[in-house]
Amino acid sequence: MPKRVGMEVSIAVAETVGLCNADVISAYPITPQTHIVEHLAEMVANGELDAEFIPVESEHSAMSACLGSSATGARTFTATAGQGLELMHEVLYVASSMRLPIVMAVANRALSAPLSVWGDHSDVMAVRDTGWIQIFTENGQEALDNIICAFRMAEDKNVLLPVMVHIDGFYLTHMIEPMLLPDRVDVNKYLPPNDYPLPLWPEKPVAMGDFAPPVLYSEAKKAQEVAMGASKKYILQHWAEFGKQFGRNYHPVECYNCENATTFLFTMGSFSETAMTAVDELKRKGQNIGLVRIRLWRPFPYAELREALKNAETLIVLDRALSSGLGGPVCSEVKSALYGQPKMPKIANFIGGIGGRDITPEGFIEIINRGIEISHGTKENEFEFYGVRG
Amino acid sequence: MAKSESEITWKDLNIGCIVTEPGNASAYRTGAWRSQRPVLDTNKCIRCGLCYIFCPEGCIKLDEKDQYFKADLYHCKGCGICAKECKPKAITMVEEEE
Repeated sequence: MPKRVGMEVSIAVAETVGLCNADVISAYPITPQTHIVEHLAEMVANGELDAEFIPVESEHSAMSACLGSSATGARTFTATAGQGLELMHEVLYVASSMRLPIVMAVANRALSAPLSVWGDHSDVMAVRDTGWIQIFTENGQEALDNIICAFRMAEDKNVLLPVMVHIDGFYLTHMIEPMLLPDRVDVNKYLPPNDYPLPLWPEKPVAMGDFAPPVLYSEAKKAQEVAMGASKKYILQHWAEFGKQFGRNYHPVECYNCENATTFLFTMGSFSETAMTAVDELKRKGQNIGLVRIRLWRPFPYAELREALKNAETLIVLDRALSSGLGGPVCSEVKSALYGQPKMPKIANFIGGIGGRDITPEGFIEIINRGIEISHGTKENEFEFYGVRG
Repeated sequence: MAKSESEITWKDLNIGCIVTEPGNASAYRTGAWRSQRPVLDTNKCIRCGLCYIFCPEGCIKLDEKDQYFKADLYHCKGCGICAKECKPKAITMVEEEE
């Protein structure tokens, strides 16, 4: 039986990693991820979780230790945020290219400077090309459910790719929410033991992470990309089976109030729930807005996105990160996914909710109305900052 | 390796390019990097083995038949250390012209 708990989301995520029987956790503490790894360290120290906790001197080392641990076939977990994710950067590519099924929770945080420990998606966007499967979550329940799914997806022999679960820093990590903590027996039923096909093992020596001369590098990258593309089918399957067993269903693109809408708001992560309140409020006033949220960030869900937006005439995309010199990174990908479709919506892009700046339901209503105004105008407008004074 | 490097397709690679054949680095022809090759003058060579000791690639071996130390050109990168260290100057670096 699942246990109904009122718990800080970080603690629940740590408990869930315990339910998944992680063998190795290697991490370096950084706000707002700290409570996740502190609680895991406690669980290991108290003998509640039979795992190795490797305290390292940096995030670069944390991810490097994860490589070694995952290569032996151990179920491996880490967590980080913001600057920590950046310090891991080069090792992230190694993890995915070596096809190591590591699971990482990212407590999404802004990047310096100016120094900010608060939430946005700058860290996610900087690692979008690293070859990891990436999932956005909107509340505590989704965070812990997707940690469980992430281990199963990553370790599936048809996938064997590392998975990042994005959990908004503070907005989720530090919230006390009501959640259903699954039963260990049910998690064990859903999540078979990790069985990495070619682990480091003295009796059957292998070499990992070797070099590839120009004659082989392209072949290696093609093989990796085919695996990434093919992973979607298995991701869908693992979500579907999770839904069947636990009653909560997840999709690459989630829709809210989309049936008869032609104007759509596009969000990701925890702000989506605030956006829903705005959509409800507008509906009461007779304005119909559809809300589309991206859950599966990588591999990018082209087909689901096009299907969700097939009736869109106006699309308003909120990015919680800025790709300097370009605009909103998510919007830019959404635009490229819709390019060449028979019906292309007018698109307005906002950069907002960065560095811990809140967007209230009234704020979303402002964004929606301003977005409609921009899309009906004739002036070129690639993007606008939302909520900046002056 | 059953196939040569240039015949391997992306489908032939192991997951994450894991190498399952220990010690197969020796199959890699580092000799292809060479722009000069060492040529031994057996009239000057005193078989002291200094070239064998100094070769950073370990590719100089004693030829059991004639007891001279010779470079294995499949692996020799043509660094020229053997020629530099050879006391009787029996090794000359010659341009690869093919």
